[in-house]
Amino acid sequence: MAKSGIKKEQNRFTWLLLTPGILLIVVFTSIPAFTTLSYSFFNWTGFTRGTFAGIENFQKLFTFPFREQFLSALRHNTLVFIGIYLIQTAGGIFLAYSLYQLRRGQRFFRTVAFFPVIFSLVIVGYMWQSLLNPFNGPINILISKLGIDSGSLLWLGDTKTALPTMVFINLWRWVGFPTIIFLAGLNAINTEYLEAARIDGASDSQIFRKIMFPLLAPSMTIVSVLTFIGAFEWFDLPFILGGSNGNPEGAADTLALMFYRLSFGSADSIANQIGVGSALGVVIFVIVGVGASFGAKILRSREVEG
Amino acid sequence: MKHLLTKNFFRAVLLINALTVLLPVFFLFNSALRETNDFARNPLVLARKPYWANFKQVWADGSFAIYLKNSLIVTGGSLLLILVCAIGAGFVLGRYNFKGQNLIIGFVLTGMLIPAKLAILPLFIQLKWMHLLNSHLGLILVYTAGALPAAIFIMSGFFRALPADLDNAARIDGASEGQLLRRVLVPLVKPGLAIVAIYSAIPIWNDFFLPLVFLQDPEKKTIMQGLTAFFGEYQSQWGALFAGLTLAALPLIVLYLLLSEQFIKGLTAGAVKG
Repeated sequence: MAKSGIKKEQNRFTWLLLTPGILLIVVFTSIPAFTTLSYSFFNWTGFTRGTFAGIENFQKLFTFPFREQFLSALRHNTLVFIGIYLIQTAGGIFLAYSLYQLRRGQRFFRTVAFFPVIFSLVIVGYMWQSLLNPFNGPINILISKLGIDSGSLLWLGDTKTALPTMVFINLWRWVGFPTIIFLAGLNAINTEYLEAARIDGASDSQIFRKIMFPLLAPSMTIVSVLTFIGAFEWFDLPFILGGSNGNPEGAADTLALMFYRLSFGSADSIANQIGVGSALGVVIFVIVGVGASFGAKILRSREVEG
Repeated sequence: MKHLLTKNFFRAVLLINALTVLLPVFFLFNSALRETNDFARNPLVLARKPYWANFKQVWADGSFAIYLKNSLIVTGGSLLLILVCAIGAGFVLGRYNFKGQNLIIGFVLTGMLIPAKLAILPLFIQLKWMHLLNSHLGLILVYTAGALPAAIFIMSGFFRALPADLDNAARIDGASEGQLLRRVLVPLVKPGLAIVAIYSAIPIWNDFFLPLVFLQDPEKKTIMQGLTAFFGEYQSQWGALFAGLTLAALPLIVLYLLLSEQFIKGLTAGAVKG
């Protein structure tokens, strides 16, 4: 075939192969994302769009009763982020370092550590709900066998402990993920650096603090950004364990749950508020977008070439 | 001596972690094999005589088989569409040079940043308008669109990494572009296809949010969405509840036992460089 023939065939091929995928992304991702923004500037009755509302929906979001809900949900998201971030990062690095130290058995322990990540949160949620059942759950039975009165430990049923318990369940499901990322980061470090330091008489903890930890910065950036996004879009686990109201008594309410209630109604009020809901959607998007890119920028600036 | 001590310390840490991971899952399996009243008397006893009737009860209910079938249709359909589109687009973006290429790559990359959950309202109304609400096809299209940006990105990387001589040799031998892609290149990017398959299919299989919003018909529910209905129905029938959870968890557990390395690589794709 002549050269120009190939070029022509390639041209045809290019658009033939690109179009289906691009079209699907445009229709089912890009257009809806842009429309969310426009929705927030209109009045809505049920699923029917009304007149132009300007920034009224955003004003409503920041006045009673939405304001109180918003602030309480935002507080919960922030606490969840801090809790998950601190424990998961520290735990992930600790587990990754332990795996790194092992030559024999590393593969087995790595496979087990990652295991919960493959579970659906529906299964994880219900499994832990039964484990933490106050009346016949194994956790409370074990606690009372230690001689401690477990009758008052309601875990997911108590407004004080519900959120921390959900954070723990989330950690159980997810800590294997950062572990694998940090392990990949450790494995990427040139062992010559470590040997040189050892010859110079550096201790294990010095090597970790002065060489390995700084070189883990790229992994840290990824884990931090993913955790931030995950925490501020937190929906599945609180929904499965506490319903759309963030029960018990809203103690586990989150921004995404509030967004869901405003969009599709809840047990208390069937009527939805699409305008205010879309405004909240935009606010969540801004929080996640600004937070993640700002955080990534700071974290990236402390990455060094390894 | 000190060396041996630290090694054992780390081994102990990993052992404790393994127990924390495995004991709850073991409890789930064990409880699924116990009769409800027996379980209620003492939840912490080994199921010495497996009580398989729980599984029979769950299966006889009928809805479980339907949920599983629906999940297979939705996950399988999405996966097929994702792979076909990602092979095509990945090939073109990874191996051709054409006008507007950077624009398309930029578009695909921004697509990775859009959280589908926040576009759920317009999507709901749009699907209703397209008569795709309450349909598996609608769900498949939304999942495909959500997974495609990352899938295209991963595949274009795999296509780009193949040596350029391959294309020219095949073309000199008279292969058309379609033959080049199908016969020469696709077999060489199989590791990439495995990563894309796991990266996209597992979250789709596990998802309950989109079915919750888009599917109301009980006959169409997926397994994870169906599980929430199932839980309300069997409230205190512990044996059946645990058997249901076990059944829902089993497919991925079996796959993970067989393909753990691919799972780890696939699910962390995009987060781990190289």
